[in-house]
Amino acid sequence: MMHAATSFAAGLVFGAGLIVSGMSDPGKVIGFLDLAGNWDPSLAFVMGGAILVGVFAFRLARKRAQSFLGGAMRLPTSDDIDRRLVLGSAVFGIGWGLAGYCPGPALVSLGSGQDKGAWFVLAMLAGMLIYEAADRLVHAPRQAVHGE
Amino acid sequence: MIIDWNHFTPWTSLAGGVLIGIAAAMLVLLNGRVAGISGILGGMLAPKRTDIAWRVAFVAGLLAAPWAYLLFAPAVAPRIDAGFGTLIAAGLLVGLGTRYGSGCTSGHGVCGLSRLSPRSLVATGAFMAAGFATVYLVRHVFG
Repeated sequence: MMHAATSFAAGLVFGAGLIVSGMSDPGKVIGFLDLAGNWDPSLAFVMGGAILVGVFAFRLARKRAQSFLGGAMRLPTSDDIDRRLVLGSAVFGIGWGLAGYCPGPALVSLGSGQDKGAWFVLAMLAGMLIYEAADRLVHAPRQAVHGE
Repeated sequence: MIIDWNHFTPWTSLAGGVLIGIAAAMLVLLNGRVAGISGILGGMLAPKRTDIAWRVAFVAGLLAAPWAYLLFAPAVAPRIDAGFGTLIAAGLLVGLGTRYGSGCTSGHGVCGLSRLSPRSLVATGAFMAAGFATVYLVRHVFG
C-alpha cells in the first residue's frame, strides 16, 4: 500500500514536471526537434535539470540492495548495445518526431482530457500489444526487460 | 541555425526537468524502480502481471498531474498540429519502438543517462537523431 502511495506521488510530480517544462506540449517538442527551422532549445534544459538530480539519486540507489521502503532495488542489468536497442529507439524517434508525443506527455495529455492525446495513447498501447504478440511468436518465453 | 527566442523557456524547462529528476529519485529510492514510462506501461500489458499496483499508481499520478497543476496555475493550451492519421501512426511507432528498444525519453533519456549507462546513451542518440531527421523531412522536404 505504501509502495502504491509513493509511486502515485512520484507519478504526480513527474507529470507536473512534464507540464512545467513544456514537454507536454507537442508543438514545443517539435520546435526542439526542428533544427533547420526556428529552433527552440528549451527541452535540452529539461533533460539537463532531470539528470542533474538523477545522477545523485542513482548513485545512491546503486549503493543500496534495498529501497528506503524495504523492497528490492531493481536497476536495469543489461548493457547490450545491439540491433534491437538501436532499431527500436530509431522507430520510437520517428513516431516522436511525427506527433511530438513520447509516452509520459501522452499520458498527461490523456489525463487533461485532450482527445488527440487519447487517440495517441490508444495507438501507442496497440503498438505495445503488437510488440508483445510478435515477441511471443518469435521467441520462446524469455526474461522480459522491464524497468527502463 | 535560428533560435526561436519567442518560445525559448530555459528557466521553466530547467525547473520542470528538476521536478522530473525528483520524481525519478522518489521512485528509485523509495520503490526501487526505474521511472521509465514505456517500461511501466509495458509491464502492465505483459502476460506476467506481477507487482502491478505500483505501475497503476504511477500512471494514475501522471493522469492526475494536469488537474493538480490547475490548483497552482492556469492551464496552457498545447499546440497539437498532427492530424488523427498521423497521431495513430505515430502512436503505433512509439509503442512498438519503445518496447523493442526497451525504453523511451524517460527510461533511457533521463534515468539511463543519470546512471551513466552507455546503452542508454546509444538509445538516446538514436531516438534523438531519428526525431531530428523526421521533423526535418516532414517540415522542410515534404512540408
